[in-house]
Amino acid sequence: MSRIRDTFVELKCSGRGGFIPFITAGDPDLATTELLLVELATAGADIIELGVPFSDPVADGEVIQRASERALRNGVTLGDALTCVARAKQHIHVPIVLFSYFNPLLKFGEDRLANEAKQAGVDAVLVTDLIPEEAQPWTETLIQHEVDPIFLVAPTTSDKRLVHITQQARGFIYAISRAGVTGARDEMTHDAETLVKRVRSVSDLPVAVGFGVSSAEQVREVWRFADAAVVGSAIVREVERLSAEADLVNRVGQFARSLVAPKSVRQAAGN
Amino acid sequence: MQKLPITRSEPDEHGHWGKFGGRYVPETLVAPLEALTKEFSRARNDSDFWRELSQLLCDYCGRPTPLFHAQRLTAHAGGAQIYLKREDVLHTGAHKINNAMGQALLARRMGKRRIIAETGAGQHGVATATVCALFGMRCIIYMGAEDMRRQALNVFRMRLLGAEVVTVHAGARTLKDAINEALRDWVAHVHDTYYLLGSALGPHPYPLMVREFQRVIGREAREQILSATGKLPRVLIACVGGGSNAIGLFHPFISDESVRLIGVEAGGHGKSLGQHAARFHNGAASGGGRVGVLQGTMSYILQDESGQIPTTHSISAGLDYAAIGPEHAFLHDSGRAEYIYASDAEALEGFSVCAELEGIIPALESSHAIMPAIRIAHELPRHAAIVVNLSGRGDKDVQLVAELQTQ
Repeated sequence: MSRIRDTFVELKCSGRGGFIPFITAGDPDLATTELLLVELATAGADIIELGVPFSDPVADGEVIQRASERALRNGVTLGDALTCVARAKQHIHVPIVLFSYFNPLLKFGEDRLANEAKQAGVDAVLVTDLIPEEAQPWTETLIQHEVDPIFLVAPTTSDKRLVHITQQARGFIYAISRAGVTGARDEMTHDAETLVKRVRSVSDLPVAVGFGVSSAEQVREVWRFADAAVVGSAIVREVERLSAEADLVNRVGQFARSLVAPKSVRQAAGN
Repeated sequence: MQKLPITRSEPDEHGHWGKFGGRYVPETLVAPLEALTKEFSRARNDSDFWRELSQLLCDYCGRPTPLFHAQRLTAHAGGAQIYLKREDVLHTGAHKINNAMGQALLARRMGKRRIIAETGAGQHGVATATVCALFGMRCIIYMGAEDMRRQALNVFRMRLLGAEVVTVHAGARTLKDAINEALRDWVAHVHDTYYLLGSALGPHPYPLMVREFQRVIGREAREQILSATGKLPRVLIACVGGGSNAIGLFHPFISDESVRLIGVEAGGHGKSLGQHAARFHNGAASGGGRVGVLQGTMSYILQDESGQIPTTHSISAGLDYAAIGPEHAFLHDSGRAEYIYASDAEALEGFSVCAELEGIIPALESSHAIMPAIRIAHELPRHAAIVVNLSGRGDKDVQLVAELQTQ
């Protein structure tokens, strides 16, 4: 059983919704990212997604594009992100999902990535522009090294492909709430709930919903029909806003706490 | 290992030429790409579709384009007979309209009324704006701020044609950044929007589809050169950015093993990464391209040690791009086609030579093929023929060249 699987089993047993914050490695710098990983874990994250910057992030909206640019200006690489995870993992046990695009991974090499990710304590890898049809032999190599390949499903994904994708995926399914790039939105659409129901009808994998989830209300709304909520741009925007502040880490932690109650409270409240 | 001759160049059903091509996209785009693939293969087998397209290419765009025997260029080279395939005389000024017209007909079949496109030099943007005006479709063109500066005339033309031109400020503010923005728009508007991609690039089915719409160049050229000289040419030569004009010219000659196919990349003004757009050249260590994935397709990509895509440079906006179309990558690795490069300075020289000797002002993109063509013609006997694809006209570049000459 993977640690991600364990996490979702625990969530289910306690009747608690999962919280998955996203930050970009090296934004504003690697030392801060390491501290943020620890802070977010303390603030109630059940899993953390760590973005590895790419020069051409076609699936991302402006907020995460700018975070990637800042990280790349610092010269941050996939290797740096792995080191950052390894260091943070000395203090925390929350599963970490690497979130990136295919080219930096391809350049790094498939065996090397699987090996070094495992060693660093990375639990899963999600590649935004790698669909299951093109993902062999990457998926197998990752699975052999006990790193979960996570795949996205979208409201536009056909029923036939949902079956195919969920068969290749491990850990959880990441459901995109609506057609579009990453970025905060004022309203959730019904697309997300419909999509989660469709996934549930073909797979037992837990489902996390992301893209556009940015407020405490939206997180609670997602918990009503899915296992976990991913909050990306809203957190990255806080990192950007506070990047010059000495207490950035604490204040991003406070923001995360404003999105979700502590795990123990969530458990008691049964949501 | 001895390479087998390539006499056919067709992708598998998922758009792979060997390891190249394929579909590397965010999940949201898979459904519209599948729908497009399906509609394209229906249209490909529909004689009514091709009849309507041919009629429009003829009556509206001015096909067939002439194959002109450039006698003064030939005399200047002192070797093989140089023929120019005159795509520059097409409506809107470049080969881009062949593809824009084909895809606009597809968009109409699919009931899409909102058309988006990227543009580098502005030629594809103008072609797209033109077909959208013709069919009464809404048109949004993404263009890098740097390219808008270099190609101000084309920006004005697009706006005259009723298109909305959206300035892209990300990255180096050139073609690659415009494609990123167009892809983001498409992801957000998949239901009503058709992405009219302008080169033989991107996810399947675009590289195949754009080639099929550009093959008309090579089909006509083959017939014309046979009728003019009674035999096949020794060499075909064309500039390669994404590579649509080159693949359009080359493809009908793929099985003619005696015909050398030569693509000319943008050598820019230096050999290190960031100074050129020559994906096949200089060797990986000193800044050439390596196999990778960019904007939906696996091909040769200019990239750094970490797999990040650097800025590229070319005097011509249309060749200033980090990736090359996947079918070219396949033809390169198989040895069927050769790829060389011409520098900014050589392109400017070709621009002037063609203007002065033939009274034809070529686009700076097409100008990259002129000096290499003269060199190659020089090495061949007089009875041989070489066909140069004059993919576009240079009106859009006159101001830029004038500025360079006064500097």
